[in-house]
Amino acid sequence: MVEGATRKATGELRLVELFREYDDFVAVNGIDLDVPPGSFFALLGPSGCGKTTTLRMIAGLEEPTSGRIFLGTDDITNTRAHQRRVNTVFQSYALFPHLNIIDNVGFGLRQLKVANWKTKAMEALELVKLADRAKQKPRQLSGGMQQRVALARAIVNEPEILLLDEPLGALDLKLRREMQIELKRIQQEVGITFIHVTHDQEEAMTMADTVAVMRAGRIEQLGEPAALYDKPATAFVANFLGQSNLLPIEVTAVAGDRTTVASHGTSLVVESGAIPTEAPDGLRLGIRPEKLRLVSANDSVWTNKLSGEVTDASFNGVSTTYLVRMPWGQELTVTQPNDGTARATLGEQVTIAWDPHHAFVIGAD
Amino acid sequence: MALVVPGVRPVKRRAVRRWGTFTPLILLAPAMLWLTVFFVVPTFSLASQSLQTGDIDNGFVLTWHFQTYAEALGRYWPQFLRSLIYAGSATVITLLVGYPLAWFIAHRSGRFKTMLLVLVIAPFFTNFLIRTLAWQIILTDTGPVTGFFRATGLIHVLQWLGLVTSDALLYSPFAVISGLAYNFLPFMVLPLYTSLERLDLRYLDAAGDLYANGWNTFWKVIWPLSLPGVVSGTLLTFIPAAGDYINSKLLGNTQTVMIGQVIDAQFLRVLDYPTAAALSFILMATIIVMVGLYVRAAGTEELV
Ligand SMILES: Nc1ncnc2c1ncn2[C@@H]1O[C@H](COP(=O)(O)OP(=O)(O)OP(=O)(O)O)[C@@H](O)[C@H]1O
Ligand SMILES: [Mg+2]
Repeated sequence: MVEGATRKATGELRLVELFREYDDFVAVNGIDLDVPPGSFFALLGPSGCGKTTTLRMIAGLEEPTSGRIFLGTDDITNTRAHQRRVNTVFQSYALFPHLNIIDNVGFGLRQLKVANWKTKAMEALELVKLADRAKQKPRQLSGGMQQRVALARAIVNEPEILLLDEPLGALDLKLRREMQIELKRIQQEVGITFIHVTHDQEEAMTMADTVAVMRAGRIEQLGEPAALYDKPATAFVANFLGQSNLLPIEVTAVAGDRTTVASHGTSLVVESGAIPTEAPDGLRLGIRPEKLRLVSANDSVWTNKLSGEVTDASFNGVSTTYLVRMPWGQELTVTQPNDGTARATLGEQVTIAWDPHHAFVIGAD
Repeated sequence: MALVVPGVRPVKRRAVRRWGTFTPLILLAPAMLWLTVFFVVPTFSLASQSLQTGDIDNGFVLTWHFQTYAEALGRYWPQFLRSLIYAGSATVITLLVGYPLAWFIAHRSGRFKTMLLVLVIAPFFTNFLIRTLAWQIILTDTGPVTGFFRATGLIHVLQWLGLVTSDALLYSPFAVISGLAYNFLPFMVLPLYTSLERLDLRYLDAAGDLYANGWNTFWKVIWPLSLPGVVSGTLLTFIPAAGDYINSKLLGNTQTVMIGQVIDAQFLRVLDYPTAAALSFILMATIIVMVGLYVRAAGTEELV
């Protein structure tokens, strides 16, 4: 573990046209993926979208129906799980109940015939701050401790890739946040490629360098968390990563990098670059609630403005969230930071505005 | 208990608690009565019998004649040893056959699971004696099994191992051990099945993920987790097999006599009750000691 801190990151993973079918159901429907070495990669998606199946294929616990898996330059598709330099932190931990903690952590090292397995296992336990529990059985530990043992048991083998299948799923919120920071720290310390599966978008965004959003066995979009959040390519991604207001639009005029569009008879301006070229029909304009501002009715600074009536306001200390009903009945969500600006009241007519730079445009699904 | 429930007087609460301490005893009573009548009393009468002298015509009297034990052991130790070896062999065979079978039923049989379990216990629908007699037919000299052993030369292997003395399978140690293994197989399979059925297959994934090949996955994970089943299965097979007298009587010869057969003869034909009782006691003591050592070695209390 100590030398792990300085060791060169090697775990480069490449999935090519990966499929997995069960009887008449396609769990993984053609995944192409490149995970650069040493990165913290998050696979994000709703329940049943094929995240675990993808991970199990990488680990060698499930055979792909078709497609290839490369580790660095080696094609590992046809190798068995125990032949792959890949380790998994299972969703259920799967700690061996008949072995004590140190034997659990040392299991992989002993299989690899590492001579000083005990020392290394102890170091790994120190890393997760459980060295004093070495002689106990898994059932004597709390859920969070077991989770850390599972992490130590995987990481101690210094795999090229560490797979984490919703490892924080069973933890309460506070412990979850602590472990997120801890995981990130450990990843930076050991430099192993982490592939982290989760359906918690906040977790994915806070931890990962790259996030892939999965839907029904495919990768819907992939990118850095900020890019994914600010410029989602589809309504699914936009809604999966937080909230967004979507307005149907039609392009009316293009002038350089500014495009004029119309939504429900209101003329709005968007950046030309934001308009997808391949899907000109059924375009929708998206704006995140925190990008919307409450402005005065006779404002002349903002280019994009809409007016409506406040139908709901909820204050949570950090911010106030309003629902503003548009003349055509749609309710837009607006988040106003608690920065001292005047708050609107229920039933009040307000004008909301946004910067064209802060909006995104998505095509029809 | 610090909680005071309004309207409930302490006296009443104490009464409830006293009832609580007696409840387990009351629930135990039928079993205790059963054990007293059918185990403790016969054991004492047997113990007393083993220390008596006399004969069937003039009656037996308790003379504390411990000599009977030494004489019985001196005369019948070969049958004793043979019983333990035969029962041990049969246990090993049932384990080797039963383990894969139990694994298959537990994890690979799909919708045939119930049917296979019924098949495992199906022999119980037939009388023990009839089942053993059936083995006389199976192993008969002109039957296909004997034919197969002769044709493949396996009969010579058995001869070399001393499991048969001629080129016949019936009336040999081989037949006795086979009969024992067959008759007690369900006692092995059922506990093994229960243990293996409970085994979470995700541990197998974890072992594979942690670089264990098939053999090591079995040896380091599956086997230790199934030890409770192995222990109960081997005990349920070995104990009755060691005292069995039907298989050696129906499938064996004069050189395969087991201790159960000797006790049977002493009690019912020779009518030497003290010797029979002493032999029963020695058998019981031997088995208790062996089981104790075995359970301690297997360390079942360490298991989940
Ligand atoms: N052994 C199997 N046989 C049949 N279908 C399966 C099997 N394993 C998974 N599936 C199906 O494949 C789909 C994807 O499953 P998977 O476990 O990969 O989902 P997931 O994204 O990990 O979901 P979750 O977030 O709930 O864990 C599911 O619809 C599931 O029903
Ligand atoms: Mg899953």
